[in-house]
Amino acid sequence: MSQLDHLIEDFFKPSGQPTLVHHNPSEEELFALLSSIPDPEIPVINIAELGILRGVEKTSEGFIIRYTPTYTGCPAMGMIEMQIRALLDDAGVKNYKIESVLSPAWTTDWIQEDARQKLKNYGIAPPVVQQRIMQLFEGPGPVSCPRCNSLHTEMISEFGSTACKSQYRCLDCKEPFDYFKCH
Amino acid sequence: MNEALIKYLLSLGDTSLILGQRLGEWCGHGPVLEQDIAMTNISLDYIGRARLFYQYVCELQNDGQNEDQIAFMREEEDYLNLLLAEYPNKDFAYTIARQFFLDSYFVPLFEKLSSSSDERLSQIAAKSLKESHYHFRWSSEWMVRLGDGTEESNRRIQEAVQHLWEYTGEMFQYASYENDLTQQSLIPAAEILKEAWAFHIQRVFSESRINRPSDGWWQTGGKSGRHTEHLGYILSDMQYMQRVHPGLDW
Repeated sequence: MSQLDHLIEDFFKPSGQPTLVHHNPSEEELFALLSSIPDPEIPVINIAELGILRGVEKTSEGFIIRYTPTYTGCPAMGMIEMQIRALLDDAGVKNYKIESVLSPAWTTDWIQEDARQKLKNYGIAPPVVQQRIMQLFEGPGPVSCPRCNSLHTEMISEFGSTACKSQYRCLDCKEPFDYFKCH
Repeated sequence: MNEALIKYLLSLGDTSLILGQRLGEWCGHGPVLEQDIAMTNISLDYIGRARLFYQYVCELQNDGQNEDQIAFMREEEDYLNLLLAEYPNKDFAYTIARQFFLDSYFVPLFEKLSSSSDERLSQIAAKSLKESHYHFRWSSEWMVRLGDGTEESNRRIQEAVQHLWEYTGEMFQYASYENDLTQQSLIPAAEILKEAWAFHIQRVFSESRINRPSDGWWQTGGKSGRHTEHLGYILSDMQYMQRVHPGLDW
């Protein structure tokens, strides 16, 4: 690795993380360690809560870490893989392989309940319904404002600052907010 | 090695990449900020999709070539994208019509491919289908807004539809590698896709005061590497960095 690579890795390394006490962890210990990696775009939730981290398997060759991309073009995926590498290298885990799993395709239904609350506290309205195909000019149903809880809100655009979010505004407290769309 | 499958994957990947590049040209030039963001969001989905196809090609070829080399080091004749994808953005109406025609093709295509007996292809299709539903809804809604909007917007979307129509036939005129794969039951027959496509198109046209042009002569050749002059300009822009600094990485 070049010096620049090390600098980049240090930059993306999550700070204040728990580390492994020994270099021969179990699948569960490694999963717990990797679960501490925050989503790069929404740092209040981690990659396990978001459903991106799919599993850790211990084989005779080493560990296989499986994750699934949210959106195919999401630039955060490259960064998440970099964070996984940085954390494993730091923990002294040497033999591992990172696999991107396409099937079953990621869905917002996998976002855990407490993570939905964290999203809301962070100012992002969590997905409201189970993922389904919407008709033309159909919205996802009432989305509640993460600040004042009003259901009197409207969509500004289905596409937002990241692939996973839509832009909304609250018609009561007048604040704009992000909505994590169902996928 | 399944040569036909590799060409087919390249064709889907190339159409996705070139369309993604075209949509990306709108970055900072959209008619309003939200739609600028929408087009670049969709662009990212298409580029991400191209990567999935190229990565699969690399694994099948297993000759050390990587996805960047496929995207940035091939010449025009090596590209197998649909001619429609390389058509210039021109104005918002042309961009919407082009997008609508292609989204209406990708939705039924990925629906069918998600049950392909090629497991990897079916996984990529199932993943991409979820995103194509958003794209299809976005471009269809704009077709209705423009078609059923003002006299000016109707005239301009009608002109775009009229002009781009001759590029739509290529989707359903299968190249030899597509015919091979149809015989291997890996991909759906062209007639099935055309029927689903025509249904989507007609449904949206009927809600938007847009007249369906009559079928006539079709512009073809992209899927065999014969392109319009536009592709060279796209590649010279898109490939610049890798051509000047081969193997450049982040």
